[in-house]
Amino acid sequence: MQKFERLEGLVAPMDRANVDTDLIIPKQFLKSIKRTGFGVNLFDELRYLDEGQPGQDVSQRPLNPDFVLNQPRYQGAKVLLARRNFGCGSSREHAPWALEDFGFRVVIAPSFADIFYNNAFKNGILLITLGEDQVDRLFAEVHANEGYCLDVDLEHQRVTTPSGEILEFEVDAFRKHCLLEGLDDIGITLQDEDAIAAFESRHRAARPWLFREPAKA
Amino acid sequence: MAGQTLYDKLWQQHLVKERDDGTALIYIDRQLLHEVTSPQAFEGLRIAGRQPWRLDANLATPDHNVPTTVKERAEGNTGIKDPVSLIQVQTLDDNCDAFGIEEFRINDPRQGIVHVVGPEQGATLPGMTVVCGDSHTATHGAFAALAHGIGTSEVEHVLATQCLLAQKMKNMQVRVEGTLGQGVTAKDVVLAIIGEIGTAGGTGYAIEFAGSAIQSLTMEGRMTVCNMAIEAGARVGLIAVDDTTIDYLAGRPFAPTAEQWEAAVADWRQLVSDADAAFDKVVTIAAESIEPQVSWGTSPEMVTGVSGEVPDPAQAADDTARTGITRALEYMGLAPRQKITDIRLDKVFIGSCTNSRIEDLREAAKVARGRKVADSVQLAMVVPGSGLVKRQAEQEGLDKVFIEAGFEWREPGCSMCLAMNADKLGAGEHCASTSNRNFEGRQGYGGRTHLVSPAMAAAAAIAGHFVDVRSFDSTTARQEA
Ligand code: SF4
Repeated sequence: MQKFERLEGLVAPMDRANVDTDLIIPKQFLKSIKRTGFGVNLFDELRYLDEGQPGQDVSQRPLNPDFVLNQPRYQGAKVLLARRNFGCGSSREHAPWALEDFGFRVVIAPSFADIFYNNAFKNGILLITLGEDQVDRLFAEVHANEGYCLDVDLEHQRVTTPSGEILEFEVDAFRKHCLLEGLDDIGITLQDEDAIAAFESRHRAARPWLFREPAKA
Repeated sequence: MAGQTLYDKLWQQHLVKERDDGTALIYIDRQLLHEVTSPQAFEGLRIAGRQPWRLDANLATPDHNVPTTVKERAEGNTGIKDPVSLIQVQTLDDNCDAFGIEEFRINDPRQGIVHVVGPEQGATLPGMTVVCGDSHTATHGAFAALAHGIGTSEVEHVLATQCLLAQKMKNMQVRVEGTLGQGVTAKDVVLAIIGEIGTAGGTGYAIEFAGSAIQSLTMEGRMTVCNMAIEAGARVGLIAVDDTTIDYLAGRPFAPTAEQWEAAVADWRQLVSDADAAFDKVVTIAAESIEPQVSWGTSPEMVTGVSGEVPDPAQAADDTARTGITRALEYMGLAPRQKITDIRLDKVFIGSCTNSRIEDLREAAKVARGRKVADSVQLAMVVPGSGLVKRQAEQEGLDKVFIEAGFEWREPGCSMCLAMNADKLGAGEHCASTSNRNFEGRQGYGGRTHLVSPAMAAAAAIAGHFVDVRSFDSTTARQEA
C-alpha cells in the first residue's frame, strides 16, 4: 500500500449527497480481474455522454462539459470534496481503486458509508470527516477560488486552507498508523498467527458443527 | 450488569484479539466467494506466496455474470458471450481448482446467487461469522449469524488469516410490532424501515430486527429484511434464533446431524438478545401502518406506500434534500405529486438475492395465475435465486403459471439486479423490480428502477402500471383456463 503522510492538493467539488459506488464506478467495469486502470472510468456515467464499455479507448468518447472533473480548473485534483453518505451501496473495492487510479488521495465529506470507509483506507486513500458546516464552507471557498488547494497533514490530523484556517479531524489510530507506514494488513495480522490458531482450536472444540464438511450429495 | 445483545454475543464468541486502539481480530467461520470480487484477492495471495488458512471455510459460486437464458446456459461457460465476463467466471473456476476450494459451477444444480445458496445449503448456520465480497451478505444475519459484506482486500485477508479486522459497531434495534396486513410482505417492511430511518440511518450500527411482525416471518421473509440492512446503512442485520430458524435448517447438506444437531440446537437457542440488553438506538414501527411500498427515486429511501404520490421538491426539508429530489425526479422522468399508481412500466424483474426464493416465487405466481402480462410491458422475467429454487418451483408448477401469463422463466443468477450480464433496462425504461437498489444506471444505462415486493411486481406486470395488490385480487378477473 502507498504511504500517506502529507499532501498539498487541488480540490474538486462533488456537490451531491449519497454518491453511491455504482456512480463512482459503474458495474460494467467490475469485470476486470485487475486492480488497476479504473481511473479513466471514474464517475463514468457523469463524465461521458455515452455509455462506456470496458477496454474502450476513452479518448474517442464525448465528454460531458458540465461535469465538474471535466472542467479545466479542476484538472490534476487530488482532494475530492463531497457530501454526506459518500460511497454508499455495494462493497466493490473498484470504487476506491478508481478514485486512487484517477489521482485522488483524499476525500472530505460530512459522512461516509461503512464498507467504503474500510476499503478506501486499505488502498491508501485518506477519508476525512468534517462537520456539515465546515464542508459547506469549503464548498463555497472552492467555488469562489480557482486553484483552491488544501494542505492535508495526517500526522497532525489537520487540514489547512489557503487562508491559513486549520480544520482538525479524527482518524482511528490503527488506520492512521497503517496509512503513515504504508503497511499491509495481512502481514500485521499474521504476526498473531499463534493467537489465531489457538482460538481456532478452542472454537472447534466448543462448536464442532461450525467446521463440518458437507454431507455428500 | 446489563445483558448482552445478540450482536454482542456473536462478537464475543469470535473475538481473537482486541488491540488497544479498539480494532479487533474476529474469527471467520464461513467465506462465500463469487467471480466479481475475488480475482484480485487470489492474485494477491499468489503474489505474496500465501496459502488459504482453512479451505473448508470457503464456498464459491459464479452468479453476477452468468447468462440466464436457457440456450446460453446449456452451453456452460462457453454460453457467456461477453469475453470479459467469461474471463471472470473462468478465473473463479481456475482459482478454486488451484487452491482446492469447493465451487458450485455454472451448471451445477446447486449454483445460484451466493446469498441464496449459502442458507439453502445450511452453509450459513446460527452463531457463525459469515463474510463475502458483497454488501448483501447482511442477508445471512436472518440466521443469527454475524454476516459482513467486505471489500476485496478483506476477502484476501480472510483467505490468508481466517480473520477479519473489525471494529465493534453500535447496537440498534428495529422493532416491528403488530400484524402485517394481507398483501404486505417482508419487502414492504424493510422498504418502510429504510423510508423511515434513511439510507444512512444504520451507518455504524448492527441492526437487530425484532418484534412480533418480524417473528411472524418465514426464513425467506427474514432474509429479505436482513438483505436490505445495507440499504439502511448497516453492514450487519440480525434476527434472533427461534423455532422457525431451527426448522429451516434441519436436514440441509452442511447442517449438523445426530448428536451434533442436538448440541448445536441447544447452543443456537442462546442466540437471542437478553431481555435486559441495552441498545444504543431503538426504532419502533407499527406493522399495521405499513402498506405495500414502491420506490419512486434513485435511492432506496425514496419510497412511499402504493396509495401515495411522488413528493414535491418544494416541500423538502432542506436544500440538499431538495436538490436530491429534483435530480431524482428528473432522472426518473416523474412529475411532482404524480400518483404512484399512474407510473407505467416497460419491464418487470422478479429475482435477486432479496426476492428470488421459493416463497417469493409462490407469491408472485399467486397473483399471475390465470392472468396475462399487459401488452404495454415489453419484458417480464422471473429469475430464480438458485438451481434448487428453480427445481422446486418447477415441481410446484410455478414455471407454467408464469409462462402462461407471459413471463419469461429464466436460469438462476443475479441477472437484471445489476445488469452485469445481458439482462438490462434500456435508457428511460421503467422497471418494477424486486431487487434492492434503484441507483442511477443500476439496471442498465439510463434505466429507471422501482423497488417493490414480488406480489406487487407481478400485479404491475399484469396491469401495466403500479396497482395495490390488496385490492387487485378482487378487481381484476382471472381468465378461465
Ligand atoms: S442479486 Fe443483486 S444485490 Fe444480490 S448479490 Fe447479485 S448483484 Fe448483488
